Amino acid sequence: MMSVLSLAIRSLMNRRGSVLLTLLAIALSVALFLGVEKARMGARDGFSSTISSADLIVGAPTSEVNLLLYSVFRMGNATAEVNWPAYQKVAAREDVDWVVPISLGDSHKGYRVLGTTPDYLAHYQYGDDQPLEMTSGAWVGDLFDVVLGADVARALGYSLGEHVELSHGLGHDDFGHGHDDRHFEVSGILKPTGTPVDKTVHISLEAITALHVGWESGAKHPLADTITEEMIRDFDLTPRSVTAVFVGLRSPSMALGAQRAINTEMSEPLMAIIPGQALAQLWGVTEMAERALLAVSAFVIFVGLVSIMTNILAGLNERRREMSILRAVGAGPGHVFSLLVLEAGVIGFVGALLGIVLVYVALAVAGPMLAAQYGVSFGRPLPGWLDLGVLGVVTLASIIMGAVPAWMALRRSLADGLTVKL
Amino acid sequence: MSDPAIEISDLEFGWSDDAPVLKIAAFEVGARERVFLKGASGSGKSTLLGLVSGVLSGFSGKVRVLDHDVSELSAGQRDKMRADRLGVIFQLFNLVPYLSVVQNVTLPLRFSAARRARVGGDVEAEARRLLARLGLEDEAVLSRRVSDLSVGQQQRVAAARALIGGPSLVIADEPTSALDSDARDKFIALLSDEVARTQAALLFVSHDGALASQFDRSVDLSTINAARAQS
Repeated sequence: MMSVLSLAIRSLMNRRGSVLLTLLAIALSVALFLGVEKARMGARDGFSSTISSADLIVGAPTSEVNLLLYSVFRMGNATAEVNWPAYQKVAAREDVDWVVPISLGDSHKGYRVLGTTPDYLAHYQYGDDQPLEMTSGAWVGDLFDVVLGADVARALGYSLGEHVELSHGLGHDDFGHGHDDRHFEVSGILKPTGTPVDKTVHISLEAITALHVGWESGAKHPLADTITEEMIRDFDLTPRSVTAVFVGLRSPSMALGAQRAINTEMSEPLMAIIPGQALAQLWGVTEMAERALLAVSAFVIFVGLVSIMTNILAGLNERRREMSILRAVGAGPGHVFSLLVLEAGVIGFVGALLGIVLVYVALAVAGPMLAAQYGVSFGRPLPGWLDLGVLGVVTLASIIMGAVPAWMALRRSLADGLTVKL
Repeated sequence: MSDPAIEISDLEFGWSDDAPVLKIAAFEVGARERVFLKGASGSGKSTLLGLVSGVLSGFSGKVRVLDHDVSELSAGQRDKMRADRLGVIFQLFNLVPYLSVVQNVTLPLRFSAARRARVGGDVEAEARRLLARLGLEDEAVLSRRVSDLSVGQQQRVAAARALIGGPSLVIADEPTSALDSDARDKFIALLSDEVARTQAALLFVSHDGALASQFDRSVDLSTINAARAQS
């Protein structure tokens, strides 16, 4: 078999032009399939690892997926808020260990502003229960302190002590209603997490209230600009509401009971979700699209496999004499069949291997950019079982495809005898 | 006296039921005998060689090759007999284009352990030795692509391939038809010398009757093939 394999490899080298094109087709199709699958898994891993500590997320009633998206991933907006007394009631529950209220709704140069308490730094965890850490500076200490996510600091070139102006609403300053008179100072910068935290501007809950002094009616009060920051410091800045609350329970086993209790609380309409369940719902929504995408990329691989068969079939007539020579020097029908099947197998194997290398090179080059731009991590940098599986399946499928021209060559070699008159 | 290399009796073979291509009552090639078989184009020469070498089957009568009754051998046994004990030279395009000169010569050894064993250790050295005996020892020639060799050089490479591993029977199917007369005579002389040295039998098939004098015996296929006589 080894001697036939070496013949197959030499035969392919002899036809390197057409073989290279077929290899390219296989490599690109495998790279597309793996790229789609890794993007899908990366997106899931990225979402799953964004918040690992909270047992419940509580917000105003909406859909579970929407609450998860706007509170954790900063996607979309809340349609209503949680009143401060309701938040306090949740925080006071016996089964609650800790709470982290968050308030969203403002932005700075396109980056979401999140108002929260120091408990955010203490309890928010991502990935494998990794806590948030500061690259430099310290968490919010003053009313007008701001802590930047890693991407915000890098993209905007901010450093410690720099002054920042925040805007009301979600657009850029140019389009929003900028609070030009509210100057914040960068007190700290967080280490990169690969989560939406990196793209968030953090301030205190009280600062959110301060930011909106003069905007209580929804429009800017004519005298708003006359209220100085020093005057604001003397105001009662207790928030009236928060957007959502991350809740840690005394035991994760209490999650279902606490969720039911909060959801059926009649005095205040609230919604509690278990992040894992809401994520499962989200995947349910996207599953059809993912399947369609995978089906398309699998079909592209199939087209690549057909090109292997076409490549060998196209050369079959020209190779009748070669087959006769092999038969004359002692090759049996099995050798002829094996030769062509192995040629197909080698093309499939090398093509798939190239595709896998291509994906990893592309991920190494583009992965950091994609992670920075979209927060999608592509996971392990080393090949895994998926890659080995694709390599095996593509090689096996190539061998099966090669069996068609191999069978034809076998039949012809039996009919041609020793001499082919071409 | 040794058994004949080829012994045919009452052979009848046709591609369809109605018209036989070959109908040979008796034909024999002795051990170590060099036989010239003359036959016009389309006379059934290649078909006869296909039957003798065990590539074609489905005939009636008896074809014994190197002490084996071909009709009693399975397809695999016929392939093994050919791989182990036969050497074949074609008319043209005799070499596998993606193999080097030496790799073409050692090609039969890939399919026959017995032949490999007869060569012993260094198969490449044996290939080079055979090529040198056939006048091909220039490294510049040996390193060329086989398609870049002259027709005469290609036929000598094919002869070395047929002879490697000491086959008992060498079959040559119109091997000189593309050579000029000088190259042709030189090739036949070289082939005859090597066949004699290895004590193999040679069945040399050609349409060119002028070559007959260079062999031990000459047979005209038209005289032994009753099928052609009837048609």
